[in-house]
Amino acid sequence: MGDDVEETTLSEENGTMIQQRRSGQDTLLDARGLTKRFGDILANDKVDLVINKGEIHALLGENGAGKSTLVKMFYGSLEPDGGEINWQGNNVDIGNPAAARELGIGMVFQHFSLFEALTVVENIALALPNPGNMTALAERIQAVSREYGLPLNPGDIVADLPVGIRQRIEIVRCLLQEPQLIIMDEPTSVLTPQEADQLFLTLQRLAEEGCAVLYISHRLEEVKRICHHATILRHGQVVRECDPTKETPASLASMMVGADVASVSAAEQKPDIGETRLGLHNLSARAATPFATALNGISLDLRAGEVVAIAGVAGNGQGELFDAISGEMPVAPEMIKLDGTPCGTKSITWRRKREAAFVPEERLGHGAVPGLKLSQNIVLTRHATGDRLVGAGFVSTTQAGLLEKRIKQAFDVRMSHDDPEARSLSGGNLQKFVVGRELDRNPGVLIVNQPTWGVDAGAAALIRQALIDLARSGSAVLVISQDLDEIFEIADRIAVISRGYLSAAEPASDMTRERVGLLMAGEAENQGEMADAH
Amino acid sequence: MFEAVLLTVITAATPILIAAIGELVAERSGVLNLGVEGMMIMGAVIGFAVANQTGSGTLGVIAAVAAGMAMSALFGFLVLILVANQVATGLALTILGIGFSGLIGEAFIGVPGLILPELYIPVLSEIPFIGPVFFQQDAIVYLGFALVAVVAYVLFKTRLGLVLRAVGNNHGSAHALGYSVIKVRFMAVLFGGGCAGLAGAYMSLAYTPQWVENMTAGRGWIALALVVFSSWLPLRVIVGAYLFGAVSVLNLHAQAVELDIPSQLLSSLPYLATIVVLVLISANRRLTLVNTPACLGKPFVPDR
Repeated sequence: MGDDVEETTLSEENGTMIQQRRSGQDTLLDARGLTKRFGDILANDKVDLVINKGEIHALLGENGAGKSTLVKMFYGSLEPDGGEINWQGNNVDIGNPAAARELGIGMVFQHFSLFEALTVVENIALALPNPGNMTALAERIQAVSREYGLPLNPGDIVADLPVGIRQRIEIVRCLLQEPQLIIMDEPTSVLTPQEADQLFLTLQRLAEEGCAVLYISHRLEEVKRICHHATILRHGQVVRECDPTKETPASLASMMVGADVASVSAAEQKPDIGETRLGLHNLSARAATPFATALNGISLDLRAGEVVAIAGVAGNGQGELFDAISGEMPVAPEMIKLDGTPCGTKSITWRRKREAAFVPEERLGHGAVPGLKLSQNIVLTRHATGDRLVGAGFVSTTQAGLLEKRIKQAFDVRMSHDDPEARSLSGGNLQKFVVGRELDRNPGVLIVNQPTWGVDAGAAALIRQALIDLARSGSAVLVISQDLDEIFEIADRIAVISRGYLSAAEPASDMTRERVGLLMAGEAENQGEMADAH
Repeated sequence: MFEAVLLTVITAATPILIAAIGELVAERSGVLNLGVEGMMIMGAVIGFAVANQTGSGTLGVIAAVAAGMAMSALFGFLVLILVANQVATGLALTILGIGFSGLIGEAFIGVPGLILPELYIPVLSEIPFIGPVFFQQDAIVYLGFALVAVVAYVLFKTRLGLVLRAVGNNHGSAHALGYSVIKVRFMAVLFGGGCAGLAGAYMSLAYTPQWVENMTAGRGWIALALVVFSSWLPLRVIVGAYLFGAVSVLNLHAQAVELDIPSQLLSSLPYLATIVVLVLISANRRLTLVNTPACLGKPFVPDR
């Protein structure tokens, strides 16, 4: 009997059940009227959710729709203000994560909850109620991890391991608790397509064994591919339930947003390619710390009018490359040229004055100072580029305030009151602000690292369209991203970074996901090394 | 002569050893308590006062430990519950301790004190040279070594120690897994305070059995430096404490034999050694990362 047969029966069953309330004999978790309030904001408003045994259940919604709040209540790290949770037919009060684990609820976190200084086995022992003898546990870890195709070496220290392996630790840790429900918060955002496929196989196997999975993801393609049922949240309320296998990513997205999501149009206009604006020539840098990545002979020409995307799994040198281009990490002068002028040692302000603009990955702390107002954050990146923000050493608050309003309107940055501190904005809104702040300048060269990381579909479409429009207006745009959907949506040329080597940038039309995946998994290295030798 | 020097090294090393092992536990949990000096001096004065009033050295020691813990409880309340800045609060605790101990101790200046009895371990203490040095010490000296051994064992071989290290390494994750960060840290801070109090008692009941204002004379700061020197590894605290103890004794002996080295230079040696060690351990970043509590000094506010 093939796996496919089983799957279809499962989804058909779900399809018929959507109409009435889905709880029945196979019900594992039945939440009714869950409500959670943070101050004035109703994060969850009478949410009903039913999860059945052996089901991969997608939880969809925009940023701030209340997904994380909801799963945190299931995992006992938040206390509901109202409503009830029934677990296998019994009303339960999940007071803390340990109680959740005891019931059989495990969680794999979006931001890893691992302890870097500890070994794999120590990390796992911390999550088990009775880990017992460490040597015995190490053997169990090896056995379970191999059985599920997620091999781990129990003695390794987490700090030495790449993200893909770290996620394995989280999953194996969860499996050792023998859970009946696994909650996964955006598990694939750090994986290569091949690693994600392996994860899907594991999930499908778990589902066959009767374990339920609550799956949170922004990637609607994969939700459609692996999930049996989907619950969609908007503004803290359940707005729809559906069978994702019968939907398209676009229809799922519009359910989440509540309106049609504008599709990004890149291909309609052929890029009008101009001069090389930014040139990287054999850019190399040693790793600054043991956990940083060295850059190895990276070469790239970024020309006016095009969007070049750099794909790659997190931690393969994207941050270092960005730091070198922006000027945070000085390199030899000839390695980086802006309009032909060597500038490897020049400051970030020098580069900004020559029309370059930079948006780093980490929006809070790197892209914006958390405790400063938005207008003050504008002054920080744009003081030297002629917006009359600074005169004779004095900051013009009026001018900064005007800019802040302009960016707010152009990029739909939502805020509770005028000119708030950066930290008070939600992740998606702050991302719109930090991208908008640079786009508002109409820069000649724009370097963006992870432009839409953790941003909902609507805001992501807005940012992507703005990037394309900027390129079409004659600027050079370099996008570093881990999101392949995004890359194929906006890029004219695609290069892949792997362990600090960059593959040659090839036209997007010649690239396939499989090819990008192979390059991510290390072929970019070989290619990069060959280019080195020439 | 050599035997006498060795004996003074042991007495010089013991208080900083005990204070440092307590602070090491607190720092491993992620709390930087700069109030060691203040807790120590409070232990010294309370220990002296209680021993003097009751005539019992044991009661004095117990009272000193309690005084250190009371001081650390105040610190813990401020930095863990009210989330005050750890550095500022620790400095304030030191200033408070020095001032308050002076007030309490005013009545005891010049009063002859008790001295803790030396424990003669049968047979072993009869051995020439080795006997007097190693087996004729007071109970606190032995207790110091026992503390180091117990802390080393608990930290690296038990679940309690694993949780403690986890909390110090990543308090967000520890909280997400359901451990009570505040509780673990409070316990660690209390342990640190108790040890500092015990170290203080050693100062006023064994090292110099009398009360002198500000008698700890910066040993709390040396203990803090020692924790860094040991790169947060308990067994290295012994090495460091004896090294620092030897330097301070050397200082006295150098003055006695009128060696031509400025005493200020000698007193600064422990700190210079700490700087050198800091440079050396930061060269091996991996080791530093594994042993340095990543959350050291960072405030934690649970999101519940």
